[in-house]
Amino acid sequence: MAEDEVVTHKKKWNWRIWVGFLIALAAIPVYVAILVWHPVTRNVPWATWLMFVLAGWLLWTGVRRAYANPQEYRGKIVGTVLGVLALAIAGLFGFGTLYLSRELPASGGAPQVGAKAPDFTLPDASGKMVSLAALLTEPLPGGSAAGTKPRGVVLIFYRGYW
Amino acid sequence: MEENLGELAKQGVRPVAISADTSEESATLCKKAKYTYTFLSDRDATVIRQYDLLHAKAGEDGRDIARPAEFLLDSDGVVRWRNLTEDFRVRATGEDVLKAAQGLK
Repeated sequence: MAEDEVVTHKKKWNWRIWVGFLIALAAIPVYVAILVWHPVTRNVPWATWLMFVLAGWLLWTGVRRAYANPQEYRGKIVGTVLGVLALAIAGLFGFGTLYLSRELPASGGAPQVGAKAPDFTLPDASGKMVSLAALLTEPLPGGSAAGTKPRGVVLIFYRGYW
Repeated sequence: MEENLGELAKQGVRPVAISADTSEESATLCKKAKYTYTFLSDRDATVIRQYDLLHAKAGEDGRDIARPAEFLLDSDGVVRWRNLTEDFRVRATGEDVLKAAQGLK
């Protein structure tokens, strides 16, 4: 009789594959929403890569457990799928930060040091037309340098607000 | 964009931010920066092209935008320092510009 009895116990939840995947899923949003505001984590996104490494380790050990011990742990197929997805997300991040953000035009014709910056007139945020000549001579508005002519102007060309 | 560039104005260097954003779009950023810098709108990228900084159709809506760059000009409008980043995520900081501005009268 004892031989006919099959001892079954509920399989354990393979938390590693789920937590690993969630970390991989959160890596890009955390970079974009938080880490991107600090040069130390933005310029070389080591913290984000660490998240991917942690996610990868959890997914790998989780899937390994599922294959090595299928009576104890679920997740052979799900874990493998989530692992591939996490890899794809890491790949996307790598593509964005190692390739896309470096695909910039050469701009060989941009004014060199020693050259006079070309004058121009553009509307400001309130729509008023402002010239570079005026920006170089009009007194500065606030702070300790208020009312004085600027020592200089820094032109900051940026991609845009979005 | 570095937010501590407001410190520059206190040191006598006027920060001027230029992009292909419209005046309305720039107004939002201007408010966030508490009006410490001048924001100029170069919607059709004319000045961007004049400075050879055009990054064609790279805007989120496909518009022509500027590749990121900073130019420090002295009171005569001559370029004394410039920074053309190789990676648009890596930008000059307020400190970089202040250091470069030390040579200005």
